[in-house]
Amino acid sequence: MSQINRLSKGGRINRNQPLTFTFNGESYQGFSGDTLAAALLANGVDVVGRSFKYSRPRGIVAAGAEEPNAVLQIGATEATQIPNVRATQQALYSGLVANSVNGWPSVNNDLMGILGKVGGGMMAPGFYYKTFMYPQNLWLTYEKYIRKAAGLGRAPKENDPDSYDYLNQHCDVLVVGGGAAGLAAALAAGRSGARVILADEQEEFGGHLLDSRESLDGKPAADWVAKAVAELQKMPEVTLLPRSTVHGYHDHNFLTIHERRTDHLGDAAPMGEVRQRLHRVRAKRVVLAAGAHERPLVYGNNDVPGNMLAGAVSTYVRRYGVAPGKQLVLSTTNDYAYRVALDCLEAGIKVVAIADARSNPKGAWVEEARAKGLRVLTGSAVIEVRGSKRVSAARVAAIDPQAHKVTSPGEWLECDLVASSGGYSPVVHLASHLGGKPTWREDILGFVPGEGFQARVCAGAMNGVFALGDVLADGFEAGVKAATEAGFKPVSGELPKVFGRHEEPSIALFQVPHEKPTARAPKQFVDQQNDVTAAGIELATREGFESVEHVKRYTALGFGTDQGKLGNINGLAIAARSMGISIPQMGTTMFRPNYTPVTFGAVAGRNCGALFDPVRYTALHSWHLKNGAEFEDVGQWKRPWYFPKAGEDMHAAVGRECKAVRDSVGLLDASTLGKIDIQGPDAREFLNRIYTNAWTKLDVGKARYGLMCKEDGMVFDDGVTACLADNHFLMTTTTGGAARVMQWMEIYHQTEWPELKVYFTSVTDHWATMTLSGPNSRKLLSEVTDIDLDKDAFPFMTWKEGKVGGVPARVFRISFTGELSYEVNVQADYAMGVLEKIVEAGKKYNLTPYGTETMHVLRAEKGFIIVGQETDGSVTPDDLNMGWCVGRTKPFSWIGWRGMNREDCVKENRKQLVGLKPVNTSAVLPEGAQLVFDAKQAIPMSMVGHVTSSYYSTSMGFSFALALVKGGLKRMGEKVFAPLADGTVIEAEIVSSVFFDPKGEQQNV
Amino acid sequence: MSTVNVYKQRPDAAHAESPLFHAGLHELVGKGKSTAGVSLRERKLLGHLTLRGDGHDAAFAGAVHKATGLELPGALGLVVKGETSLQWLGPDEWLLIVPSGEEFAAEKSLREALAGQHHQVVNVSGGQTILELTGPKVRELLMKSSTYDVHPRNFPVGKAVGTTFAKTQLVIRRTDEETWELLVRRSFSDYIWLWLQDASAEYGLAIKA
Amino acid sequence: MLNIFCPHCGELRSEEEFHSAGQAHIPRPLDPNACTDAEWGEYLFFRDNPRGIHHELWIHAAGCRQYFNATRDTISYEIFETYKIGEKPSVTAKPNSAKQPSRAAGEKA
Repeated sequence: MSQINRLSKGGRINRNQPLTFTFNGESYQGFSGDTLAAALLANGVDVVGRSFKYSRPRGIVAAGAEEPNAVLQIGATEATQIPNVRATQQALYSGLVANSVNGWPSVNNDLMGILGKVGGGMMAPGFYYKTFMYPQNLWLTYEKYIRKAAGLGRAPKENDPDSYDYLNQHCDVLVVGGGAAGLAAALAAGRSGARVILADEQEEFGGHLLDSRESLDGKPAADWVAKAVAELQKMPEVTLLPRSTVHGYHDHNFLTIHERRTDHLGDAAPMGEVRQRLHRVRAKRVVLAAGAHERPLVYGNNDVPGNMLAGAVSTYVRRYGVAPGKQLVLSTTNDYAYRVALDCLEAGIKVVAIADARSNPKGAWVEEARAKGLRVLTGSAVIEVRGSKRVSAARVAAIDPQAHKVTSPGEWLECDLVASSGGYSPVVHLASHLGGKPTWREDILGFVPGEGFQARVCAGAMNGVFALGDVLADGFEAGVKAATEAGFKPVSGELPKVFGRHEEPSIALFQVPHEKPTARAPKQFVDQQNDVTAAGIELATREGFESVEHVKRYTALGFGTDQGKLGNINGLAIAARSMGISIPQMGTTMFRPNYTPVTFGAVAGRNCGALFDPVRYTALHSWHLKNGAEFEDVGQWKRPWYFPKAGEDMHAAVGRECKAVRDSVGLLDASTLGKIDIQGPDAREFLNRIYTNAWTKLDVGKARYGLMCKEDGMVFDDGVTACLADNHFLMTTTTGGAARVMQWMEIYHQTEWPELKVYFTSVTDHWATMTLSGPNSRKLLSEVTDIDLDKDAFPFMTWKEGKVGGVPARVFRISFTGELSYEVNVQADYAMGVLEKIVEAGKKYNLTPYGTETMHVLRAEKGFIIVGQETDGSVTPDDLNMGWCVGRTKPFSWIGWRGMNREDCVKENRKQLVGLKPVNTSAVLPEGAQLVFDAKQAIPMSMVGHVTSSYYSTSMGFSFALALVKGGLKRMGEKVFAPLADGTVIEAEIVSSVFFDPKGEQQNV
Repeated sequence: MSTVNVYKQRPDAAHAESPLFHAGLHELVGKGKSTAGVSLRERKLLGHLTLRGDGHDAAFAGAVHKATGLELPGALGLVVKGETSLQWLGPDEWLLIVPSGEEFAAEKSLREALAGQHHQVVNVSGGQTILELTGPKVRELLMKSSTYDVHPRNFPVGKAVGTTFAKTQLVIRRTDEETWELLVRRSFSDYIWLWLQDASAEYGLAIKA
Repeated sequence: MLNIFCPHCGELRSEEEFHSAGQAHIPRPLDPNACTDAEWGEYLFFRDNPRGIHHELWIHAAGCRQYFNATRDTISYEIFETYKIGEKPSVTAKPNSAKQPSRAAGEKA
């Protein structure tokens, strides 16, 4: 029989649109407009999961975000799996597939359940801490077992086919919550002309008004909701976001909203629609109108399916047309919950009794209940219930809340539904994300948002205002205030009329007393998601955990995905009572983002796959692709690593490329080097201060290598800078250092030396750079250029302008390989055309494209450093044996000079850059390998340095390395050893770091 | 002898590849949805000059006006006259965009007008391109991509801002009610192109010649 | 995510457009060579870590590329002012009104 608990009429559902769905493998039917929870209840599904520690059967408790038990795994296919979905917030759609996450092997027949029942205390509070302290190595085993039993949901194993994204929003007023207060606030702010965003986590705006007994302007409250929403929809500057949870309140009024755009449609969602969207909102003002969560009462076996929040029962009856049970017992501390009994009565559900903890309640709804013949037991509460997979009876007894005592034996009442209400806790979460401490208000028995640093105003139930008329007024006033503060003219407006209702105060009752001491009474659950009981909290305080934060961590109270929305206040009240202090003395834990779980998809947005991180390409990239390059990531750049020919591995390709450069000519795309155009009368002086060497005498037409240090004297970048004209220089930086160097120069210019007349502009992307290197580079270049390449006309370390391949170029005669080299720079737009002409002319010289790996080998053979490889922020120019690059007599104390003269930087025996030649000439030292002078010493050995670069040189016929070795420059010819992790040791001789052409004859021809 | 090097860098005639050349945009013209919410066009191979100088000095503004015929814009300003535009990039930095090939003459006349003043002119034409976006959904596309507030109350026509975009940075310029320009660095242009295709998928993207 | 008023662009911008460059108002010694190792070390390595008012150096990296200073409360993260290089901070003690939701520096309303 389908939908056995569906009422014959009522509810905001479409009975003409039945929807079929699957839960734990069984097929069911619900209606359009249902939540998954409503549809499960309509079908009489009592057990939705098993509990975390004790594996007790659990049913649906709530109707909203606070649901602790019906936290399900959703998804029809592996790729669309989504864990941690609260069935109370998931709209039903056709084809929905849901599964319990707790319960092994199944929710109805659970192995752990038997263990849990037998060994009640198997996992006492502090279980993790006590049990798993020793032996540590067993922890992994335990964890696996616990996780399997606890079943915390699982991530999909296949790629998610849906798309997710961000939307950056800006508004004058963000209204959080679309209930009575939020709607009123949005109307007030919207009418002022402000840019307003109204976000609500439910499928429809209206909040409690959608299932309220109360009327507005004499009509059902939902009618006013429709009218208000219609007015807001007409306002062009108002953005309405239903199905959107404001889940984080961050600094300076930056809030994040998780919008579920197609989750209510399931597979019927149109192709290309964004499934979930993360709104990143900067709001001038925020109105928090998040409402309140009803507090359940804590009594024996209050977790058996059939125990529900009172308000949730009303919501299911009135909004979804579902009867969550057939015989109701209501246990309350307040007037408002009486509506549940009245609603049930009207829906044909038998109301067995109302237990009211107050001794003499006389509110309007109390009297109405009495007048309708309902049995009201005053000064009483449900003490405990009976039942395993469903409530079968409740014991109602007289209690003395002050003395925490049961004062009568009471009576067992047969029922299948116990609704409880211990009052209403304002949803202070968002207000405390940034540390605003909630304040206890005795008059409403709840925490309200404390003062915060944020430009926000709280309204309605969240603000401790509960009567409907007051809520509307409070919301409207908040909207006016927020819009006014954001710079808009205040508006006045008519609010709907509310029929005043006499309501009496509620009383404080957090844990219902039992005849037995808590530890021996039937389990009284405080936090159902984490199986935290009143006994557990008492135990924690007995064991000395007195701070609320410690109690939380010891018991795991509030640690679940529901963040203790139902349990926190009860839990800390129990801790306070057990310690004999008041609730304000106890204080409350702080809430952190996120309010409800956010999917990783929404967090990632479209920053995944090819868009995970920007990839930068040079103007010649498509040529590299055509020519089979393998690429290396250098920062965000894709640089050709090597160009393998058919059948070649990297080693073979690099060997061939190196040989081609040494024997004939090679071609490197050097466009990624940072390039900075420097102009101004003080350009030279600036270079003097920023580089370690001197620039005063560099003639126009010449280029010079320079080192940059930080103030501490450590090398942080290098490159060649050319003098283009007296006041005009072109600086090159390392590929990875380009942005860093530019900012470095700006910070000194802007903050230290603004008087220097000099400007810097990046031209990295403007110029494409093709390096021709090798003995035949002159001959090749001469075929495509009008520049006089004669060695005297165009000597080493100079530059010329002229046409290359018919395109204006600047050619620099500098070398990073030790061979005769020309760096051809052209405007990037024209580089491909020039390259093709060079390649065409280069055929007869066996022009060979080479990548970064060959470049690294060739420069290492020359002992040229790479910043970041030979240096690590602790290496001075002298350590690199590059003292020749230090302007010791420059008049201005340039950056790094004072630092490198500190005592520590000039001491003997610093690590110095040397060459290493393995004794076994084919053994390649691993880069990063630690070095020792004596390989036979006991472990831990005293390390004397490490390998910074290491290669096999095809052209030299042996392996070699660069290394930083303590006092290395004075140890030429001595041996060092690299003891490796596999037990082998590589022995090497310390030699000069320049292996190839020490006199520089090859590059200066 | 001049204290700066002024060099004509663009050839009079040669094979040219703009930053999005590899995307083959011309082949995509007319394909895709006819009701696309976003249309894209690369305004390629224009002359781009970075201009640095003291914006508080009336002589500087005067010289720039003399050389370009444009008022030197203040913070976040963009002035457009025909095919030429001048945009504020920072308190001492502007971007002058001129038709392709006119940048060398523009640099010379700027330098002539600014003679004697401390300034910098740099040809950056090869390093950046302009992607023009038009259509009713451009604003939403920009909201997906940048944290900057592109609402008309905050971003009127004639405004230009350097800001974050996707995971990188660029300049957004608003040149008309539904026309926006992205000033994109060459090396990032493929990333931005991929991003724009992905982010505009739900609105439909058309390519214009 | 802070919202920072750039004194050059004249607008509030999101934190991701900026980079923090540490404590402000730490001038480079005019004659570093005259500094003892201790004095030099003080300049180079030692920074304040106050609870409360802090003057910081920021750069509007994605915007106008200018460095500027900000006076920020390290407890509330409230930014009381931003000001150009070479200018002095006007806020050096915590305003009494710090408990009130205050306007972001420079916000027009």
